[in-house]
Amino acid sequence: MAMDIRLPVARKRLSEAVTTENSFHLVAPGDTVTTDITFMRGHGTYMEDDKLLASVAGVVQRVNKLVCVQALKTRYNGEVGDIVVGRITEVQQKRWKVDTNARLDSVLLLSSVNLPGGELRRRSAEDELAMRSYLQEGDLISAEVQQVFADGALSLHTRSLKYGKLGQGVLVQVSPSLIKRRKTHFHNLLCGASIILGNNGFIWLYTTPQEAEDEAGGFVTNLEPVSLSDREVISRLKNCILALAAQKMLLYDTSVLYCYEASLTHKIKDLLKTEVIENIVMETRQRLLELEA
Amino acid sequence: MASVVLSEAEKVYILHGVQDDLRTDGRGCEDYRVIEVETDVVSNTTGSARVKIGHTDVLVGVKAEMGTPKLDRPGEGYVEFFVDCSANATPEFEGRGGEELGTEISNMLYKIFDNQSSVDLESLCILPREHCWVLYIDVLLLECGGNLFDTITICIKAALFNTRIPKVNVLEDDEGAKEIELSDDPYDCMRLNVEGVPCIVTLNKIGHRHVVDATLQEEACSLASVLVAVNMKGTLTCMRKMGKGSLDPESIFEMIGTGKRVAKSLHVSLQSVLNQEESMGKKRQKIGFLR
Repeated sequence: MAMDIRLPVARKRLSEAVTTENSFHLVAPGDTVTTDITFMRGHGTYMEDDKLLASVAGVVQRVNKLVCVQALKTRYNGEVGDIVVGRITEVQQKRWKVDTNARLDSVLLLSSVNLPGGELRRRSAEDELAMRSYLQEGDLISAEVQQVFADGALSLHTRSLKYGKLGQGVLVQVSPSLIKRRKTHFHNLLCGASIILGNNGFIWLYTTPQEAEDEAGGFVTNLEPVSLSDREVISRLKNCILALAAQKMLLYDTSVLYCYEASLTHKIKDLLKTEVIENIVMETRQRLLELEA
Repeated sequence: MASVVLSEAEKVYILHGVQDDLRTDGRGCEDYRVIEVETDVVSNTTGSARVKIGHTDVLVGVKAEMGTPKLDRPGEGYVEFFVDCSANATPEFEGRGGEELGTEISNMLYKIFDNQSSVDLESLCILPREHCWVLYIDVLLLECGGNLFDTITICIKAALFNTRIPKVNVLEDDEGAKEIELSDDPYDCMRLNVEGVPCIVTLNKIGHRHVVDATLQEEACSLASVLVAVNMKGTLTCMRKMGKGSLDPESIFEMIGTGKRVAKSLHVSLQSVLNQEESMGKKRQKIGFLR
């Protein structure tokens, strides 16, 4: 039985020496980004009195003449080709509604999923009636953004064997701006678990599947108990990801793995404590800097 | 209450984890998350405290006001509860959404706290049948991340510990008319004895085992839970079963046993933190809400 009651402590500020990327231009809402009117107004900014002001708190990004502010804490703004993890919220006619942490629910059309029995199958009326047997409310899926509608809602597709319904594992939710964009967001980590880093800030941790998926189209989940050693790895990874997110570190395979390795000297449940979090994230930060150099 | 939807497979994963005594965040079945306690956070109250357990965040303010004792208990003061579910916690609480939960919690708190054995109500009496102190205890839910009841009672205990009620003297003149005089010295005050104040421990039944301090996800997997209010001596003062599932008597006794054991160490650590905070006095750096 562990009981840890303590007084709150103020958040420590990182010393400048540790953050080499101090070239970041940070702004708060209402701050002047630039007074140069030749710049173009991008996301997260607005014009007032010939000045470009920030409407969100975050980092200023410049692409040629376009100035944007990327918010630190935000809803997910989808882009075509992004990999997302989402939760089914509603089953409708020929479509599922999916919560992807965006401002509007995303849609997954019946015609954009792989049904059991091959890719080129016709969708019959029976399939429409059996939609809830494939995916029901609460189920988690991994998918790719196929289209962004004019109002910002997303259309998803799972027409590849790597996407589809997710089985046993743990979902971790972080801010979408903490996910680093990489070539691949599916990783089998060396520590013995797999991870899907959804661009929408939903991260799925699960045991590395043993063999290739069967022909059930991925709609049948394995409910056999997961072994204790796999559970330990997943729990530790979960706490590591939350630790990195608490310290606003970018999440990608290397940073997660380094943090996992730094955490090995601590018990899993100790990773919930702030002083341990600060320690392991500091260690991770240093290793990442060494890697860059 | 704030709730999350989980898929079948996620529930199975949590359930098997509880059976293996390894929850998704690495805790065992009887482990609490880190609890952060800070008292004296609202300056215009008689006593206040804020408690954070994981993503659950509760603020309690105690306000002492002069009132008349209740007719059936002329020699005692009394407590009043009000629970406010802020829409900041979850959008479900918007408008009148949190009212039902608020009344439910305040009724429960009323049952637990409004008696002589929990709070020293006699010390709140100034003049029997005429004047007494009324403690208005206002609970504000700022964030819901599971285990609401435990957090609220821990916070109430901390706030009551922090409460300083001004001393009053009763003067009687020649004709027998009584007059109440408030002390001029703001530091001349009375403190409440919090030794009898109980804390709730919620035990959620998941599969064949039970867990304390469940997260929202774990609460979604639990069909039934038992709330036990236990005081510092380990006496069970109140008990309630929540949830639609059924429990067999054997497991209820098991849960009560765990609840008592956990509550004892909860009280001990809470008291030591409160003492530690008090010993720091004015030197303590106040954290508050902007950290």
